[in-house]
Amino acid sequence: MENENNLNRWQDFRRRLADNDIWYSFKHTPMAYISAITGITLIALAVFAPLVAPQNPFDLASLDLFDASMPPSWMDQGDPRFLLGTDDQGRGILSTIFYGLRISLFVGFTSVFLSLLIGVSLGLISGYIGGRVDAVIMRIADVQLSFPAILIALLIDGVFRTVASKEIHEDLALYVVIFAIAISGWVQYARTVRSSVMTEKIKEYVQAGQVIGLGSGRIMIKHILPNVLGPVFVIGTLHLALAIIIEATLSFLGVGLPPTTPSLGTLIRIGNEYLFSGEWWITIFPGATLIILSLSVNLFGDWLRDALNPKLQ
Amino acid sequence: MLTFIAKRMIQSVLVMIAVGLITFALLRFVGDPISNMVGQDTSTAEREELKEALGLNDPFVIQFANFAKNAVKGEFGLSYTLRVPVSQLLSERIPATLELSILSALLALFIGMPMGIYTAIHKDSWLTKLFLSSSLVGVSLPTFLIGILLILLFGVMFRWLPTFGRGEVVDLGWWSTGLLTWSGIKSLILPTITLAIFQLTLIMRLVRAEMLEVLRTDYIKFGRARGLSMKSIHYRHALKNTLIPVITITGLQLGSIIAFALITESVFQWPGMGLLFIQAIGNADVPIMAAYLVLIAFIFVAINLLVDILYVVLDPRLRTTVGD
Amino acid sequence: MSLLEIKNLTVKFPSRKGDFTAVNDVSLSVEPGEILGIVGESGAGKSTVGNAIISLLDPPGYVSGGSVWLKGERIDDLDENLKSAIRGKRIGMIFQDPLTSLNPLETVGAQLIETITLHLDIDEKAARARAIDLLNQVGIENSEERVDQFPHQFSGGMRQRVVIALALCSDPEVVIADEPTTALDVSIQAQILGLLRKLCEDRNVGMIMVTHDMGVIAEITDRVAVMYNGKLVEIGKTDKVLYNPTHDYTKSLISAVPRPDKKSHRFPLVTYIEDVKERPEDLKLSDMWLGKTRDYEEFDGPMLQVENLKQDFVVKHAIFKRNHKYFTALKGVSFDIKQGEVFGIVGESGSGKSTIARCVTGIYEPSGGTVSICGTDLNKLEDKSRQNYYRRQTQMVFQDPFSSLNGRMRVENIIAEPIIFHKQATNKTEVKKIVDELLETVGLGSNAAQKFPHEFSGGQRQRISIARALATRPRFLICDEPTSALDVSIQAQVLNLLKDLQEELGLTMMFISHDLPVIRQMCDRVAVMQSGEILEIAETEALFNTPQHSYTQSLLGLMPKFRTVS
Repeated sequence: MENENNLNRWQDFRRRLADNDIWYSFKHTPMAYISAITGITLIALAVFAPLVAPQNPFDLASLDLFDASMPPSWMDQGDPRFLLGTDDQGRGILSTIFYGLRISLFVGFTSVFLSLLIGVSLGLISGYIGGRVDAVIMRIADVQLSFPAILIALLIDGVFRTVASKEIHEDLALYVVIFAIAISGWVQYARTVRSSVMTEKIKEYVQAGQVIGLGSGRIMIKHILPNVLGPVFVIGTLHLALAIIIEATLSFLGVGLPPTTPSLGTLIRIGNEYLFSGEWWITIFPGATLIILSLSVNLFGDWLRDALNPKLQ
Repeated sequence: MLTFIAKRMIQSVLVMIAVGLITFALLRFVGDPISNMVGQDTSTAEREELKEALGLNDPFVIQFANFAKNAVKGEFGLSYTLRVPVSQLLSERIPATLELSILSALLALFIGMPMGIYTAIHKDSWLTKLFLSSSLVGVSLPTFLIGILLILLFGVMFRWLPTFGRGEVVDLGWWSTGLLTWSGIKSLILPTITLAIFQLTLIMRLVRAEMLEVLRTDYIKFGRARGLSMKSIHYRHALKNTLIPVITITGLQLGSIIAFALITESVFQWPGMGLLFIQAIGNADVPIMAAYLVLIAFIFVAINLLVDILYVVLDPRLRTTVGD
Repeated sequence: MSLLEIKNLTVKFPSRKGDFTAVNDVSLSVEPGEILGIVGESGAGKSTVGNAIISLLDPPGYVSGGSVWLKGERIDDLDENLKSAIRGKRIGMIFQDPLTSLNPLETVGAQLIETITLHLDIDEKAARARAIDLLNQVGIENSEERVDQFPHQFSGGMRQRVVIALALCSDPEVVIADEPTTALDVSIQAQILGLLRKLCEDRNVGMIMVTHDMGVIAEITDRVAVMYNGKLVEIGKTDKVLYNPTHDYTKSLISAVPRPDKKSHRFPLVTYIEDVKERPEDLKLSDMWLGKTRDYEEFDGPMLQVENLKQDFVVKHAIFKRNHKYFTALKGVSFDIKQGEVFGIVGESGSGKSTIARCVTGIYEPSGGTVSICGTDLNKLEDKSRQNYYRRQTQMVFQDPFSSLNGRMRVENIIAEPIIFHKQATNKTEVKKIVDELLETVGLGSNAAQKFPHEFSGGQRQRISIARALATRPRFLICDEPTSALDVSIQAQVLNLLKDLQEELGLTMMFISHDLPVIRQMCDRVAVMQSGEILEIAETEALFNTPQHSYTQSLLGLMPKFRTVS
């Protein structure tokens, strides 16, 4: 009986999926599924980096300075062990990219999640309750909007640098960067959610909830929230690309992640010093990975926005 | 209308006060201003004296008032590391940043707008598809990577253009410009393009989205039903309605170019305010950080105010009161 | 040779599930000075015909067959330049919503002058004079001054007059009006219709009037074409079609229009349409959960007492509360609703009738006065559980079937929510059983439970909305324009359902509507509202036969003037 019920639900789900416009659009938009596959591949590579990377670039014992600054394996003086060459420390570029991807994606996902959590909650409260609470939250948002995200992140990082000693700073750099990016991005979620909530809350299904006698909290979370999440997903996806870029930028500027926990940005920074001496591969391969990552996330987000907006179809 | 502008001005002042409070808190509570000014061997008594002389023992409100008074005059004290007044450091660097930012803004605006209009009107042309896909690449490319790629291509491989600094600069007394020498102009090319690309794609996509929205409205359909030419529909009726929301966001974007410049400046070792700020963060040089912050906020607020006034001028719904 | 002739027109909209035929082999013609009505319910394809004539179909629609002829010349296969030379110059168009039809950034004068100079060979100055003259003709006073104003400075009805002036700029031979009065109140509607009729006669223009409203058809058309599902089912002289229809669809459609002249027990059903559904004949509410005796305390006196109810809305916030600007929606209204009675409230938009419903159900907190349900003022009640006890007795059916259901919830959960919240069942199986019964009761069947709202039509959604309202077993049901967003045929079904439920469950009902014939069919007593005040309360028949207040008299005078054959 229970089994049959589950089977029915599964069939029901299949039918719904086949009927679903978004799924249809996904299947028929090469840009969407190619970017999704690329993105998932990169995430998998990052998650399984210790398994798939040819070397462990952080195992100091395995590093050999004789291997330093080797070009990619297909070039003269290349070494088949290092497909994409090595850096000045003799670390294989391919392996550092896998590990760097891990850190970049970790920072990206956690900071977007935090940002989303803060932004959506404040937006929901601001839009539903209105009045003074709304005014205060939105004024803070206005002030923050006067500065680009990268500047806010830089500032938070800078303040932390001033307050903390160097050792503490290196240990906590990862979390400071995550916090800085999260704080710099919440406004967009809050504004979008707030304006959606303002249009949703006067709709009759919300009034129906009030007539039943449901409390504000229940109406906000159970009724309004699911109806305003569409644009949040879109912003979240695009913000993921942005967060990864901001992190890379901070690290490139030397105020993000230290060389001990190198992200893609840190790798590019390290390589940039060797650009003029002709060792382009140290920069270009991490750079290309970063571009592919942010491009696939952006392409997916762009498709998602169009797919969720029925007016454009 | 006047009350609207007055209201906006009051709001702007409030924003500036809030920014002032943040920077003041930075200056006052992040790090110890005294130990940053004196050597290790200064006695406690001397430190106290200095503290008194600097007014650090005054009540918070008075300290803030003094800070605000100085900030309005552009004075933020001495740089901790360089021992030079911050105002002097900044004023040396402002021309470099402004030249770069304004050129990039103009580039982004004058290329991005027509591209946005074109892609909205010719929805299905191959050029539109090309613009749209390259714009996504533009958004996905981090500014510093664009810079590095340009350096690699035009600086390292072809050796056509300089890759760092401003080149030869002509000093006009109150302003130093790179626009009057050949090497100065050549030095500007790569940084300007680097800084403009992101904003350009953003403006293009924004104009396109707004224009498509307007083209779906009833009054456009009614215009077509009256037989108006496509030229009039697109450039007279749709464009005007598109520009109103575009102006706000574009204004904000152009303001943010000045802040974004710091990445470009860092890549090209461009001697502007941004580079100074990045170095200050590395050195925990709080007065420079504070001054930069206030300056950027001021530029932003000023642009915002301008945009609001422009808004009122353009939109009759805000200009006139509702009749009957 | 007719002025305008459409031959075998077929319009298709491609979609991923195959082509959808919006207009199917339609032929009709218009003569000079004649008004041809095209009437049909939503999805009939009537607006598409209008758009196809001037080649302005919404993408991706396209004409897949047939032709359009203007004075013997074929116009549908011309190239785009020649077509736009005909649009506006020889064929004028009027759209539904006057609020969005005008460019907000240009003065009405600028828009008029642009159109005039485009089509007529005259200079700017002459065009301006003509613009002012046109505004005069469509009944805008002070037109010299108003020509330089922006659209937002005009009211809705005035804007529609400007739209008409724009459509007349170059003395077109044909005017196509697509629901030109639907967005307007009855009194404005009558004026605009009168204006159109007059312009048509004065200028000898042929007009196509697309509408869903039988009243409009009866009021001004000479001939009428009835459309259903993209097909033309009947065409002929208006009198003949309305009073002596030949096609089954037309017959049932006309019989479903609520009668303004006398009260009948039930609405005749439109049997021709496909998704007609009534609840099963053998359904006995007394055997079901819904029909069981409710556990409410008995009491004497009226179900609802409203005394001096006031409601202000802040329209402009200021820093200080005393500087807020207010709009007064209710200026102190008082009335009672007896137990078991159906009480109607009628008025035009903005009269405050919906605000009363929202004050009674606790959505708004009244600015003044008292609302007592079963003799108890809920706003003075501190005890939460007592408050819920009264909330449970009062439920509401909303106007808009599309926004009144949460699109993210399954129908089952939508209906179960009030049952669970008010603890009307002890376990899941019981809840499920009640939900299924309720769905049967409203004529949807229990397999609707697992679907989402977007899988239903407007009428079906309204049934879901009714099921949700019944899920607390209320004894007082408020219906706020429950059928004004529905087609006539669907309206008849929903109203019948509400009538049945009211009788079988002995519900007390507050029925809000702007539609006088509907009020007459549904209510025992009626209150007439205008600008936040009740002008008159009377027994329904007395009100319709001998209205006391002058406003009521004028409203009744504006009722559609056509009588159905019975």
